[in-house]
Amino acid sequence: MTDKTVKPTPSEKKDDKFDLRQIFEGSYNTLLPLLAIFTGLVIGAIVIAGTDATVIAAWKNFFQAPGAAFAATWTSIATAYGALFGGSLGNPRDIVAGFQTYFSTGDNAALLKAIYPITESLTTATPYIFAGLAVAVGFRCGLFNIGAEGQFFMGALGSVFVGYSLQGLPAFIHLPLALLGGIAAGALWGAIPGYLKAKFGAHEVVNTIMMNWIGFRLSDWLLNGPMKSPGFRPVTRNIAESAQLPHFFPDPLRVNWGFILALLVAWLIYWLLFKTTIGFEIRTVGANPDAAKYAGVNIVRNFVLAMVISGGLAGLSGASQVLGVDHWVGQGFSAGYGFDAIAIALLGKSHPFGVVLAALLFGVLRGGATRMQSLAGIPVDIISIIQGLVIVFVAAPDIIRWLYRIRPAEHKQALQSRG
Amino acid sequence: MPVLELRGITKTFPGVKANQDIDLTLEKGEIHALLGENGAGKTTLMNILYGLYKPDKGEILINDQKVDIEGPNDAIARGIGMVHQHFMLVPVMTVTENVMLGNETTKSGVLLDREKVTQRIREISDRYGLEVDPNAYIKDLPVGIQQRVEIIKVLYRQADILILDEPTAVLTPQEVDGLFKIIHSLIDSGKSLIFITHKLKEVLHIANRITVLRLGQVVGSAIPGEVDEQKLAEMMVGREVNLVVEKKVAQPKEAVLKVKDLHVNDERGNPAVNGLNLDVHAGEVVGVAGVQGNGQTELVYALTGLLPLKSGTIHLNGKDIHKATPRQIIEQGVAHVPEDRQKHGLVLSFPLLDNMVLCTYYKPPFAKGVNMQDRVIAENGSMLVKQFDVRTPSIFVAASTLSGGNQQKVIVAREFSRPIKLLIASQPTRGLDVGSIEYIHSRIIEKRDEGTAVLVVSSELDEIIALSDRIAVMYRGKIVDILPAGATKEHLGLLMAGVKPEDIPDSAKKKSAGPVEKVF
Ligand SMILES: Nc1ncnc2c1ncn2[C@@H]1O[C@H](COP(=O)(O)OP(=O)(O)OP(=O)(O)O)[C@@H](O)[C@H]1O
Ligand SMILES: [Mg+2]
Repeated sequence: MTDKTVKPTPSEKKDDKFDLRQIFEGSYNTLLPLLAIFTGLVIGAIVIAGTDATVIAAWKNFFQAPGAAFAATWTSIATAYGALFGGSLGNPRDIVAGFQTYFSTGDNAALLKAIYPITESLTTATPYIFAGLAVAVGFRCGLFNIGAEGQFFMGALGSVFVGYSLQGLPAFIHLPLALLGGIAAGALWGAIPGYLKAKFGAHEVVNTIMMNWIGFRLSDWLLNGPMKSPGFRPVTRNIAESAQLPHFFPDPLRVNWGFILALLVAWLIYWLLFKTTIGFEIRTVGANPDAAKYAGVNIVRNFVLAMVISGGLAGLSGASQVLGVDHWVGQGFSAGYGFDAIAIALLGKSHPFGVVLAALLFGVLRGGATRMQSLAGIPVDIISIIQGLVIVFVAAPDIIRWLYRIRPAEHKQALQSRG
Repeated sequence: MPVLELRGITKTFPGVKANQDIDLTLEKGEIHALLGENGAGKTTLMNILYGLYKPDKGEILINDQKVDIEGPNDAIARGIGMVHQHFMLVPVMTVTENVMLGNETTKSGVLLDREKVTQRIREISDRYGLEVDPNAYIKDLPVGIQQRVEIIKVLYRQADILILDEPTAVLTPQEVDGLFKIIHSLIDSGKSLIFITHKLKEVLHIANRITVLRLGQVVGSAIPGEVDEQKLAEMMVGREVNLVVEKKVAQPKEAVLKVKDLHVNDERGNPAVNGLNLDVHAGEVVGVAGVQGNGQTELVYALTGLLPLKSGTIHLNGKDIHKATPRQIIEQGVAHVPEDRQKHGLVLSFPLLDNMVLCTYYKPPFAKGVNMQDRVIAENGSMLVKQFDVRTPSIFVAASTLSGGNQQKVIVAREFSRPIKLLIASQPTRGLDVGSIEYIHSRIIEKRDEGTAVLVVSSELDEIIALSDRIAVMYRGKIVDILPAGATKEHLGLLMAGVKPEDIPDSAKKKSAGPVEKVF
């Protein structure tokens, strides 16, 4: 055979007319999630305006005052999203002013007040990053870990127990121990369904859901019994100060070392998945179990391993929330982190860096939601609607392709038509 | 008036000109064969016609009408049907349900009207002699019949132009004969057909016209009768091709593989290998001949640790491996070119360089401890791509973007590139073009001459005859006879059909006049 591969040819003059597809096909993978978010926000805006009594009233008078109808719609959406993003990112002008005062007078009160919203978003994003990574690792191995919620809970309990029961240890021992307590408890909760799958072929979806319920009931019992603090409410005691993840700023700013830890762990998981033989095996099992078996990869062991890592990360998520923010655990402690994590992993395409970005987005949306409610009177649930839409669009990209007339990635199709 | 005309079709993928200014016409009632090396652009061209890809340039005319094919549904609506090489059937559904998928016929808008569809399938099946039971489950059907289901799907949607992409690659010779009968009855009823294959004999046998592609361009066309295999091979590859494998007499040494009284069940638990005995020696090629489905697949799976043994023993270099894992067997020096390249052989979503180390990724120099050595892995990938002439724009693209034949070359390259004592090759050249077959055959013989024991399983008798020093005929899970290299096709054919060795007439054992060594 004479010629080798066909050399890339400089693309000739495109005789086609302007075509959206051509721009987007290349960056296809990052484009879809972005469009999904955008579309989610647009539909969210429609819902906001459509449920606003003032807007509805203005549209009833559309023929008398068409301008007013549009103005009312605009005002409604702008107030809502203004509050949402102001509440989660802060006001840039205030931040600049805060810096100026700080540098000129050394008084940081204004600055801290200005950056409060954004630090709150980062605080919210922290457990999301860990939990999103947990689900992503499962996905990479072909496992659907719906149990991140239960593992999160167990991780919180594990770390809080180490946090309050040990006293008088130096922080550099106590804090890692408390984190490990969370990781171990979550990993155990993930290992059980992993083992059941490996040993008996029991489906991990069923088993992780089961483990969630066991975890919830177990924690109910623990919080009302062995772990209950003296007093009336079903809560634990506060953890010792030596087990707390240090905050960066004075109260009420709660952003803490957990966030940095989350970024480090995301990098670690990236390294594990893409730079080590361990990750190669996990990904091979996830991408093609038959080929993995052919190549001599121990599928069963990788199922267990992936579930242990996944559970450990979800446990760490719970630990970061307890050790960094709450300092104690009460009944109904988790706010659905484990379930949102599924969405985050999907949105981040199961890539650690994608997960970080998706978790930051969720942090921003969640962080701003409360302010949106108090300022614009929009129920927090609108955020859930937006999140739900984003997830639907990410999970069913055909909707987005259809909306924006993007052709399916050709390499995706090629999978079905190789010859 | 042609039913179909392609004018100046051009399609570029990142780094590859897959189709360049291709013109093609299809007359009514014609069987038009498309030939070309692996990666020449045949499948791409057909995918464009079927609306899966949008051409960068060029136009498509159907019955002299310029058309813009938006997608497969549009293609179907315009009477174009395609049978892909890798079938797209749902195994746990019946034939009827598979045919209905995506084109559901309903009663009063909601309820599926199975009876009506079953009825139509029966009609189609009778009319073209397809002989398919509409109520059978796909998973219970042999490959040849599954292919007919794909053809029924196409006919059910009333296609006039049929595209068959390498339809014979997975068929037994008997099934190929059946397919050709069907093709003729399709043509008789006024359909037109585009037929892709690498088997030159078939092309000369069935086509009315032949178009040859090379590197994305039409390099010529021919009419059977005016050309022979040699000439076609040259047109495809652009140089002279040696159709006969040249090799010295084998120098067999000690037995590397010893199989005794092997019993294996298939994946559904039915006995597939029943008391098989076989030895393979260092420095020889043993070919396993047999009609597909006589336990060859399970034999190979058992040897490579993919299926458990029911009883019997397997010794590799004197070591008992009947309980060994695939990893242990690989580490004993066994290489395996699997029968199903997309199922076992490749991780399609992984880039080429990772697929090239699928069995060795954890070993030095590819890994130090748990750290994968990206640079070494990339160098290894580049080297193998060059050595085995894998046509790809880079080693970083996903294996799924490669043409079928080039995917096969990736597997062969990987398996040949580490030190081995036993090579087990199942259908090693399935889907490869003549040039690549020549290359791979010579590499197999090279391995043999280096002292590797080689076991080749192939449903291509010609391939078995060309490569083997000894030919083991497998029938109903047993080796019924082992013949020396010079065995005749007739002799083998009778054994494969189940005739007892002692009942073979002497006339069948003698070499007939014509050359039988030809591989194609
Ligand atoms: N989706 C894709 N993305 C990138 N490159 C592609 C894609 N599909 C095909 N190619 C490239 O285009 C070229 C032609 O591929 P094609 O599948 O058409 O070959 P083919 O003639 O069918 O070969 P074979 O006989 O091996 O099946 C190859 O170099 C292949 O790598
Ligand atoms: Mg092809």
